[in-house]
Amino acid sequence: MSQLLLDVNALTMRFGGLVAVNGVNLKVKNRQIVSIIGPNGAGKTTVFNCLSGFYIPTSGSVMFKNEQIAGLKDFQISRKGLVRTFQHVRLFSNMTVVENMLVAQHRHLNTNLFSGLFKTPSYRRKEHEAMDHAAQWLEEVGLLDVANRQAGNLSYGQQRRLEIARCMVTQPELLLLDEPAAGLNPNETKELDELIIKLRDEHEISIVLIEHDMSLVMGISDHIYVIAQGTPLADGSPDEIKNNPDVIKAYLGED
Amino acid sequence: MQGKLYNALFASGIALILTCLMVGIKLDTEGTQLAIKGATTQQWLWIGLGIGLVFLSQIFSDQIDSAFSKVPKPQLSKLLPEEKKMSVLKPWLIALLVVVMLIWPFMVSRGSVDLATLALIYIMLGLGLNIVVGLAGLLDLGFVAFYAVGAYTYALLSEYFGMSFWACLPISAGLAALFGFVLGFPVLRLRGDYLAIVTLGFGEIIRILLNNWTAVTGGPNGISGIAKPTLFGLEFSRRAKEEGNIPFHEFFGIDYSSSYKVIFLYLIAVILTIFVIYVINRLIRMPVGRAWEALREDEIACRSLGLNRTVIKLSAFTLGASTAGFAGAFFAARQGFISPESFIFIESAIILAIVVLGGMGSQVGVILAAIIMTILPELAREFSEYRMLLFGLLMVIMMRWRPQGLVPMKRPHLELNR
Repeated sequence: MSQLLLDVNALTMRFGGLVAVNGVNLKVKNRQIVSIIGPNGAGKTTVFNCLSGFYIPTSGSVMFKNEQIAGLKDFQISRKGLVRTFQHVRLFSNMTVVENMLVAQHRHLNTNLFSGLFKTPSYRRKEHEAMDHAAQWLEEVGLLDVANRQAGNLSYGQQRRLEIARCMVTQPELLLLDEPAAGLNPNETKELDELIIKLRDEHEISIVLIEHDMSLVMGISDHIYVIAQGTPLADGSPDEIKNNPDVIKAYLGED
Repeated sequence: MQGKLYNALFASGIALILTCLMVGIKLDTEGTQLAIKGATTQQWLWIGLGIGLVFLSQIFSDQIDSAFSKVPKPQLSKLLPEEKKMSVLKPWLIALLVVVMLIWPFMVSRGSVDLATLALIYIMLGLGLNIVVGLAGLLDLGFVAFYAVGAYTYALLSEYFGMSFWACLPISAGLAALFGFVLGFPVLRLRGDYLAIVTLGFGEIIRILLNNWTAVTGGPNGISGIAKPTLFGLEFSRRAKEEGNIPFHEFFGIDYSSSYKVIFLYLIAVILTIFVIYVINRLIRMPVGRAWEALREDEIACRSLGLNRTVIKLSAFTLGASTAGFAGAFFAARQGFISPESFIFIESAIILAIVVLGGMGSQVGVILAAIIMTILPELAREFSEYRMLLFGLLMVIMMRWRPQGLVPMKRPHLELNR
């Protein structure tokens, strides 16, 4: 059994009297695609917000690479290699595609003021490297042709892919994707499906996926967690989940 | 139609109340007492005419709007040659502009050179605030505080320690930056209106502190006799103030002229402004400039990508403040006298107006707006007390005609060359 990359135990998030997430456990191994599914409003995105530091969980532990990250600031967590996307695309739409990629590499660049003012060799080299790195990932997601276009002018599918590429240039080890297939047509969903598998197999990262598109989830997940009303309902392989009576009940209602 | 009539009545009613109070009634001394006097019949006629105009302009606002939209807007992009030609021409144009700026003061009157120097100070201030408001999107209403810090730093160091202008220039910028840092640290968690109010308060705190700390700053009397900048130790006065110093005109064996000093100050301002423009031009192309832009566009996305928003906002705030400190030190040197009066809120408002009029984030726009805003009041001097009224009218027209500013921002886009 490979080592656990992410180990979430009894994660609970309370907003006043409302318990949005109640005792959720989540285990992600290296090079694994794990999905979280559940009805709308089940608290899936809240789990993501807790993991990525946008919320500080009320209780529970979040171990990432054997290190407690619950309570760290969002940017600290993303620097450790846990990066997320959003349900609604969040690009810097007035900037070009390649600039979006460069902003993501901000902390890898030479941000010393003086070396930037005088364009020192080390500054230029870093900028070059960042450009190359950006180009490499744009090629990977098939956006190299539109690299100099404004991000806001891309098609929706392209924007989705740019968002993933932008996460990937930060060199993460775990990627949290929040409904990446929402609003995509079947063709684009298929491309996304292939991209996610490529990320796992070729780039050796793990992915946690929130998704409503069941064919996508069942097709690519190594493990699935089901959450309903903030509480864990079931977990297991896609086949186990498909045949779990509790899950069917939660999705289809009691007959 | 009824709504329009109501609107027009309301607007003209407000105009009536305001003009009656401000123009219609005058306080006059009558012997030892103050008496209230009404305006002359002619003035009342004008007031009536003005109110009528307000009424009509409200009634026909749609027609006026459509007339405005027909006024051709200056298309800068059409005036400029094509992009490829432009990249060849640009260095030459800039060189020409610099040469003209350097030669020009020797041919015009002293007053114009002095005015140009003032315009350059406002250009520096506008560019500094442009970093904070235009690029990083943080509304700062107390920008004048950093200007004051810079000015007082030089004035005090010069008065108490006899330090020279050139040594104080970086110190002033540094100290203003420090103040920006200290203020920025706690308040940059705030957003929008809240940030604006805190910075407004900070601006006032600095002014009141300067006003009341009489022992050091001289309070409302200010500091006078601040040393002028020297050219490698050469003074620009008729006789050297310090023992052993030689005035500029004696050193070169030419006749004394007071305009040398004015031109010298102007040239310093030109150099400082070019320096500021260069630095900011580099900044917006650097990672930190991109991060400002990104943060303004989507803060949440920035956080998820590992950008520390506090550091990035703080850098914008600090760099903007240091530019103001720079301008402040020069201002103190030029005036030779500063008092808290020079750093009131209206100054902050004018600098902000420069940034907004010019087009947020646009450097060319801010420079143009700064020139217009300094020269216009001079041109409108003959309107004396109605000057501000004219100023307000111009602003209203400007915002209706071109709400995105004189020259809307066009950011230098980074291109991937393959």
